Amino acid sequence: MIRVAENQRPQSVPGPQDVVRHELPNGIVVLVRENHVVPTVSVVGALQVGSINTQPSKEGLAGFTAAALMRGAGQRTFAQVFEALESVGASLAFGAGSHATTFSGQCLVEDLDLLLDLLRDALYTPAFPADQIRKLRGEIITGLQIQAHDTRHVSMNDFLKLAYPAEHLYSRNPAGSVDTVSAITRRDIVNFHHRYYGPRRMIIVVVGDVRAGEVLKKLEATLGRWSAAPGAPDSQLSLPPLQPLTAAHEKHAFVPGKSQSGLVLGAPGPCRSDPDYRAARLANTILGVFGLMGRLGSEVRDRQGLAYYAYSVLRVAPGPAPWFVTAGVSPDNVSRAVASIRDQVRRMQDDIVPAEELADNQSFLVGSLPLDLETNDGVSSLLLTMEMYNLGLDYLQRYPDMMREITAEQIQAAVRKYLDADRYALAVAGPEAAA
Amino acid sequence: MDQHQTSCTVLENGLTVLIREMHHAPVATFWIYYRVGSRNEASGITGISHWTEHMMFKGTPTFPSGELDRALARLGGQWNAYTSFDFTAYYQTMSASDIGLSLVIEADRMQNSLFDPAEVEAERTVIISERQGLENHPTFLLSEEVRAAAFRVHPYHHTVIGNMADLETITREDLYRHYRSYYCPGNAVVVVAGDLNGERMLAQVEERFGRLERGPTIRPVNSHEPEQRGERRVNVEGDGDTAYLLMSYRAPNVSDPDYFPLVVLGSALLGDSDGVAGGSTTNKSSRLYKALVETELAAGVDGGLSPSIDPALYSISATVRAPERGRNRSPIERLDLVESAIDAEIARLLESHPVTETELACAIKRAKASFAFGSDSVTDQGSWLGLSQVVAGSHTWFGGYLDNLQGVTLDDVARVAARYLDRRRRTVGRYIPGR
Repeated sequence: MIRVAENQRPQSVPGPQDVVRHELPNGIVVLVRENHVVPTVSVVGALQVGSINTQPSKEGLAGFTAAALMRGAGQRTFAQVFEALESVGASLAFGAGSHATTFSGQCLVEDLDLLLDLLRDALYTPAFPADQIRKLRGEIITGLQIQAHDTRHVSMNDFLKLAYPAEHLYSRNPAGSVDTVSAITRRDIVNFHHRYYGPRRMIIVVVGDVRAGEVLKKLEATLGRWSAAPGAPDSQLSLPPLQPLTAAHEKHAFVPGKSQSGLVLGAPGPCRSDPDYRAARLANTILGVFGLMGRLGSEVRDRQGLAYYAYSVLRVAPGPAPWFVTAGVSPDNVSRAVASIRDQVRRMQDDIVPAEELADNQSFLVGSLPLDLETNDGVSSLLLTMEMYNLGLDYLQRYPDMMREITAEQIQAAVRKYLDADRYALAVAGPEAAA
Repeated sequence: MDQHQTSCTVLENGLTVLIREMHHAPVATFWIYYRVGSRNEASGITGISHWTEHMMFKGTPTFPSGELDRALARLGGQWNAYTSFDFTAYYQTMSASDIGLSLVIEADRMQNSLFDPAEVEAERTVIISERQGLENHPTFLLSEEVRAAAFRVHPYHHTVIGNMADLETITREDLYRHYRSYYCPGNAVVVVAGDLNGERMLAQVEERFGRLERGPTIRPVNSHEPEQRGERRVNVEGDGDTAYLLMSYRAPNVSDPDYFPLVVLGSALLGDSDGVAGGSTTNKSSRLYKALVETELAAGVDGGLSPSIDPALYSISATVRAPERGRNRSPIERLDLVESAIDAEIARLLESHPVTETELACAIKRAKASFAFGSDSVTDQGSWLGLSQVVAGSHTWFGGYLDNLQGVTLDDVARVAARYLDRRRRTVGRYIPGR
């Protein structure tokens, strides 16, 4: 079992004093934080490539490419990659979103060299074997077929199409559809990797039982040798301007054989870099997170018994990410649940949040930080977010004050700017199309 | 003192108290396990343990409905509750300096929950909605039928959520009687883990819980599932595109000497063992992945064993892959192929290719990694210690897990493979889409 001496325990809030940030000559930004209490390492990171770089007719290409990276790389076949990883209980996985391709791995410290080798091979020299591409395509299509009958997925995808204009990146499902994924060829994947994968502005975060200097040396010798892909552009954000919704846009999709309806109601929210993002985040906590799902939980679930789940989400993205309420309700209760959700949005628009409720929510966001920082995985994913959004290495140290400074007026202004009880996108998916 | 030792004390009123000092982060977790789950339910009141769990958040005179959530959230705490076949568990994780609140909350709601009739009715629709949400998933419908067929006599026949007819008719009096019967010190296990002083914590637990009445004598569950005399088969037909196969073999309980050899067998077959300590590696090097997914019959395969008080099931669950375009094999034909491939792989294991030294070593290394990954989370540690005490009868089951696994020989594995992978003692379920 593991002994922990007090002097081994890192300061509880990571910051410039114990996070090493170093940029390799090829542009990769490395963040390392030592934590010697358990013999494990968490490795996460991001590349600036995502569905923003794909044609809508090939939607799903970014995710397909990310998933294919491990299907044979460097000197190893698909089978050898996973024999190596799984035989030591380690993991490494890639996934793609709208703007970024991210990876996440975990291993015992004794297996870190192996994990970093596999990471380098997967990024730098993936083989994309034709038979593996065919197998993976079948697995992805099976997953998409399952999602097409899942009320939560159907309502979410429909919501995005209602909330954003058709040409907007965020109206699309980055996973694609059966049609678009069926059309993706091995050549598409090879070209996509060649064109967009590169070290420029890549981020890698290593947290755990390591020495920062040794990690930097290892990374310089492995990923540091990766030269920029020719023509890899900075995937600058080039999203079309967005007009606020001017009416209620609703869609009810029929998904046969289901017992429960899924619904999503909301609108485009702030960009992560917008000055009112923080107020919006606090507003979202009040609306549908705090305690057991905030005001929505108290009203829609607890008082009215309309739903097993009813909560709100403010997504984080470089662009105007969706801000929405989602609920799972009995088909007979859809109209009542929608009315109740709209009431709660209206209340946020019309009434200033009472001082005590504001203080409780601020206290929640500040007080939960030590829990997010308990594990290596928790720390690494926070450091990655901080680097991706240029929040600064002292972000977590400034965070409590930033949260406490937010006023009830700022919260109301953020809600009024982004959400409206009468102008929204609403998608319902379930056993019967409610009137 | 080894800071990762666990102390076990039984108070005079029968409450078992486990305390584990962990000083890696300034956080602590409090768990309370009650020895009651769907295993203790008869027909007519199925789902009552889970519903009781929901009612524990609905108020006492000291913490009226919603107050408990607010008090915990204000501190930035995380909390939740789970009901399983064998137990009901509640936890809170927060800054170590605040963990005293958990003792106040749990000592209070062990005896003073109100079960207000209006709250019971509001929760009825929430619980029904939860069940409807589960019914939306074909895999739930299939596992419910397989379970019902596999257990004719034992209460593992029922799902934890319960039958809809019972959820519609269970009364407030039924719930309150259930609560008063099972929620008492003599039937509970408390676990506190984290950045705390063990002796002082024990004194605090004694102070809060020591004066509570032991509670009524609980009627033991004496149900034994009779010998199964032949394969059982069930079909579920429904909407969607995707077929699923679930094959469940009768398996030993957690205290059986065959349990650990079966964990090793499961590791070779499915990559996963029993999920203990929470590893996150994939299973692409496992025998059944190679036999089903590499051959493009399935899009994924998983399953395994769960630690349980009474003998339960070892399950293999396959998602049948979507057909290649232009190939029109019916779902039933594809299910036949998947089932034949599993049978062939099991025959190969039994007849010519027993589990190897390498596979045994892998199972052990993976379990070691899992334990290391879980060791920087107080919440995970609290959870496993409580489960170990309640399901295996002692917290030392969790502590001795790796030693027990290392004691397994290849002969043990061959013996349990022959004993449990017997088609006469299995239930095969198919979800056939395309109604």
